[in-house]
Amino acid sequence: MRLDATGRIEITDLGIAFGRNGRTVEALRRTPGEFVALLGPSGCGKTTLLNAVAGFVQPTAGQVIVDGERVARPGADRGMVFQQHSLFPWKAVLGNVEFGLKMRGVGKSERTSRARDYLNLVGLSGFERAYPGELSGGMQQRVGIARALVNRPHVLLMDEPFGALDAQTRLTMQELLLGVWREVRTTVLFVTHDIDEALFLADRVAVMTARPGQIRDLVTVKLGRPRAAEVIATPEFMALKARVLAQVREEGARTLAGSRR
Amino acid sequence: MAAAPEAGTAPLIGAPAARTDAIAFPRLAGWRRPFRRVLSLGLFFVAWHVATKWDLDLYVRFQNIPAPAEVLEEAVALFGGAAFYVHILASLERIWLGFAIATVLGVGLGLLIGWFRFAEDTLFPPIELLRPIPAVAWVPLSIMLWPTERSSIVFITTLGAFFPIVLNTIHGVEGIDRQLVRAATSLGAGRAAIFREVVIPGALPSIVTGLSVGMGVSWICLISAEMISGQFGVGYFTWVAYGIVKYSQIVVGMLVIGVLGMLSSALIRLVGARCMPWLPRHMKDGA
Repeated sequence: MRLDATGRIEITDLGIAFGRNGRTVEALRRTPGEFVALLGPSGCGKTTLLNAVAGFVQPTAGQVIVDGERVARPGADRGMVFQQHSLFPWKAVLGNVEFGLKMRGVGKSERTSRARDYLNLVGLSGFERAYPGELSGGMQQRVGIARALVNRPHVLLMDEPFGALDAQTRLTMQELLLGVWREVRTTVLFVTHDIDEALFLADRVAVMTARPGQIRDLVTVKLGRPRAAEVIATPEFMALKARVLAQVREEGARTLAGSRR
Repeated sequence: MAAAPEAGTAPLIGAPAARTDAIAFPRLAGWRRPFRRVLSLGLFFVAWHVATKWDLDLYVRFQNIPAPAEVLEEAVALFGGAAFYVHILASLERIWLGFAIATVLGVGLGLLIGWFRFAEDTLFPPIELLRPIPAVAWVPLSIMLWPTERSSIVFITTLGAFFPIVLNTIHGVEGIDRQLVRAATSLGAGRAAIFREVVIPGALPSIVTGLSVGMGVSWICLISAEMISGQFGVGYFTWVAYGIVKYSQIVVGMLVIGVLGMLSSALIRLVGARCMPWLPRHMKDGA
């Protein structure tokens, strides 16, 4: 499960048009193995950008390149964790995590043992036979993370995965995610509108503008790792937060002005 | 969330009463409710007995209606002989055949129509056209279409079950969460795998509902068809009993039809619940 030098995402002059509302995202070049958070107000196109990298939507202009190859369709090299858990309700936890391996034709015993490894990694050993409907929201998302990671994706795409959880569970999940990421060094693109979450998790935070969404600032988070929740109270964190907050508020004000117009 | 928070907080107006009720209710359910139900059933038989013994004539006339005891006697006699079983087996064979054909066609076509636009455009219009015609209205045409009486009755039975099955299957496929399809593609699933791993299990609860409804309709169609054109079967038996003035046999026939219909619906529910272990119990009962 150790680091390899894949997961390089290049996004150039991406344009995705929905009806008459064209949204563009400016170039975002990233280094492999990095944890990048996309931070922005709702409706700015963060999720759309993520969907373009996943291959769910096709850009009308520009292109998304992952490891030198243009993204044309969804694929197992780009794992996705959705905002609402999207586990298969008819498959037990183990079946859900095994799914990607089954699609690749990995044999039954091999995929069971690998799926168990990843369930262990997200702290869900013993829940193999439970159905998603029997799990709490946080556990469902942990299964979702294990299901995406078992494919050893070059890029892990996360679309506000903890947005629907209560504050306490969210904090636990953030720490768990960092722990998992320390083991499975893959590039992570993490969409959120929560400044604390973005700064706590990421190496770099891409602050997006109001629509049409563009990357306005790329903030490097120079906080040591491993990070514990206490880092939120340090002066370094506060300073970064103040900088990002100012930008986010400006964008918020602009959205408000735009809607008044 | 409605009841739980009240425990720790100050009592609301009316809360104590509600709590007393909640305690008293299970105790009441312990013996009173089964008792009331048995009593209700007993009163039904007493009313039936009285109405037929006194030959009541209250616009509806009970003079020719057999009493419960006569029906019981007749049932014992019928089940003691072999002839009645021939009728029951004939009906069961037709139901089984008709329902099996309707399941294969209905689920198969429903999955295709629900998932592939081309199939929807080419296969769905004739189904929509024929759907409003009650299966029983097909009886004359069916007798002309099919060479044997047996095949024409199986056809009517199939027709009755087919429409609820195909429509519920289509409905089930169309209701599948697109997010799950996306998730499957991003995990490396191709078209065939999505159909097998997402579409079919996703539509299953709705398919089982369709089978359950279809089973009920196919019994209605079977009995009607047997009464009109049969030479065997419980429907035929019941209708002939009227013709030959064996009135208690009519009621035995009706009761047997009811019991067989109930058992086959229970069988569908049981198989459905076995196939869908992920559904919570109350949802399985609904299916």
